[in-house]
Amino acid sequence: MDIQLTEEQELLRSSIQRFLREQYGFDERRKIVATDEGWSRKHWSAFAELGLCAAPFRESSGGLGGGSLATMIVMQEFGRNLVVEPYFETVVLAGGLIEEAGSPEQRQAFLPDIMDGSAIWTLAWAEGKSRYDFNNVVTTARREGDHFVLSGSKAAVIGAPWADRLIVSARTSGDPRDRAGVSLFVLDRHSPNLHLQSFKTIDGRRAAELTLGDVRVLASQMLGAEGEGVAALEACRDRAIAALCAEAVGAMSMLNSTTLEYSKTRKQFGTALGTFQVLQHRMVDMFVALEESVSLMQHLNLSLAAREPNGSKLASGAKSKVGYAARFVAEQAVQLHGGMGMSDELDVGHYFKRISSINIQFGDPAYHLMRYAQQS
Amino acid sequence: MELNLSSEEAAFQDEVRAFIAANYPAEMRVPNPETDLSKEQMLLWHRILHQKGWIAPLWPKEYGGPGWSITQRFIFEQETSRAGTLPPLAFSVTMVGPVIYTFGNDAQKQKFLPRILSGEDWWCQGYSEPGSGSDLASVRTKAVRDGDHYIVNGHKTWTTLAQHADWIFCLVRTDPSAKPQAGISFLLIDMKSPGVTVRPIITIDGSHEVNDVFLEDVRVPAENLIGKENKGWTYAKFLLGNERTSMAGIGRSTRYLKRLKHIVKTEVGEDDPNFGEFIKEIARVELDVLALEATELRIVAQMSRGIDPGPAASLFKIRGTEIFQRITDLTHQAIGNYGLAIREHPVSGNRFMPGPDYGHTATEKYLNSRKLSIYGGSNEIQRNIIAKAVLGL
Repeated sequence: MDIQLTEEQELLRSSIQRFLREQYGFDERRKIVATDEGWSRKHWSAFAELGLCAAPFRESSGGLGGGSLATMIVMQEFGRNLVVEPYFETVVLAGGLIEEAGSPEQRQAFLPDIMDGSAIWTLAWAEGKSRYDFNNVVTTARREGDHFVLSGSKAAVIGAPWADRLIVSARTSGDPRDRAGVSLFVLDRHSPNLHLQSFKTIDGRRAAELTLGDVRVLASQMLGAEGEGVAALEACRDRAIAALCAEAVGAMSMLNSTTLEYSKTRKQFGTALGTFQVLQHRMVDMFVALEESVSLMQHLNLSLAAREPNGSKLASGAKSKVGYAARFVAEQAVQLHGGMGMSDELDVGHYFKRISSINIQFGDPAYHLMRYAQQS
Repeated sequence: MELNLSSEEAAFQDEVRAFIAANYPAEMRVPNPETDLSKEQMLLWHRILHQKGWIAPLWPKEYGGPGWSITQRFIFEQETSRAGTLPPLAFSVTMVGPVIYTFGNDAQKQKFLPRILSGEDWWCQGYSEPGSGSDLASVRTKAVRDGDHYIVNGHKTWTTLAQHADWIFCLVRTDPSAKPQAGISFLLIDMKSPGVTVRPIITIDGSHEVNDVFLEDVRVPAENLIGKENKGWTYAKFLLGNERTSMAGIGRSTRYLKRLKHIVKTEVGEDDPNFGEFIKEIARVELDVLALEATELRIVAQMSRGIDPGPAASLFKIRGTEIFQRITDLTHQAIGNYGLAIREHPVSGNRFMPGPDYGHTATEKYLNSRKLSIYGGSNEIQRNIIAKAVLGL
């Protein structure tokens, strides 16, 4: 089942690899994270020039037609290099929602700016009490003529402080936990009465709490059918999980090779760490964890690309299995690096933190294990 | 779970509880005492305990200890830990103090012990080096005798709270030609000596607890040598034994477990798919704590009958740290999406943290607790100790 990449896909991968090798070393990334914005517009433009922002979109939308496999290739390399630019938020989440749920007019209005790298987007679905449940929406949107008026709050929105636009879920009808009645809206980040409180995330990104105090938005800015936002978000989550699993696999592969290398060079008790059997077995388990994760991640991406019917169940299964595997690899990579693994100076701890963050985004491994079980 | 206490012991327990309740400084009750307090704030409780005569439970009475029985010491440890008080600086009271009164000469005892008790001197530990982690006997920091001084050159690392320290106790190599363990000496170095440089190491949780300490041609009076030259390994091992006893951390785990239950109750509804998993995992870790606590009580009872506990300290270290890591992991999961946020240091910057207050330190605690299975002799090393000393392998 190993994916044989086409020539085009190989080209995409090698061009990203070359760019990141030359322009996105760990020291460069550290400088980027330390800036006020916490990401680099210069690098973002370069990603757009390489075609990464247009890669997954259909040719009919003006994209390069790469689909979920293109996303997989990009995210895996981004995972290997801990790229912090908002590709996942802009292209995978918002871009995917617009392409799948938007009207032709909306696709035409929004996608070109995403594909040429001129607009940054993000998705605000979580609320303070929602945990990982899309249905659990308290924020309301009430109709007033040709407008909707949104009020409520959204939680832990990664990328919001720098986004130009946001896709926000709000309840147009029903009770706070009903599946029906949730709708999606496109908001300008600078809309009147939309307030942001920014904070730093565990993996060096920026996020914000959103307060919507009667934010007016034109009814034409509703994305998808009224009251059917949850289904759109669920499909979005499947794509998001496929991308996050690819990113996790990229990060895990770096942790494994770094740890293996360290175990060969670090000497204690007169011998390399890697000669101790207990550590050898640990690293074998890390290797097995990565192999299983690569397989399941590829399987998921192929299934989504083929639009197979069980994609959503498989997505939850992969989020759980890859999440547990990534946590194991990350914790052991820190452990085997000893004190150095705890140091902010070394990249190992930063991979650890990105994996911790991936494991929270769109639901943790335990949540998705149960979701998988409930669909069996 | 409690020991079977005599009426005197029960009265002592009441006295300790009442003393903590009446005297623990309110300003030390911050979200994360390990990282949020200034040196002066950390010393507040130390000074109160000193005044009461309770600062050094381990120490013999003649050096300023309270003269407690093993059971009383255990009760004190249990009560202070249950109450969540910040333990007095271990490097001073638990580590270097006993080395000085056990192996030091009279002049050293008179000079250093009172200042350790009063909190006047802050000590840090110069053990680990970049090339010497678990393999401590491989230290390379050199001390060369020059008249009535030693000239010390080397690089110590992971030195906890060295930024506050007045003194550092160091393992140094005085005989490069001897076997690793045989050429080591135990030297006390004034941090104000010319040639001592402290460089912060920031850890993955963003905090500044540990440091590099560089020693460049530092002149140390020979009178600061503990015991005999080249016998330092014996003293170092004595000290490590003390370090590991205190790592079961039952009181701390119990407090964090209680908080975890509260968070799960508040954050995770019964209809949440994760709810059952949390209930099961919390029960499992609660039983781990119970079993470790029972083991601790069993060993305390044995010790008070004069039985040598052997390498029980290694068992406490392994399980105590694994349990606390699991609790911080579950707590981080329990706060859901807000687990993405992390406080920025220094925390006095008053920056915005999202979500309920009880979740604000969950992320940093999860990250910081990864160190527990690494420091004080990694858990792999502790398993080697048990394999060798208990199982005879």
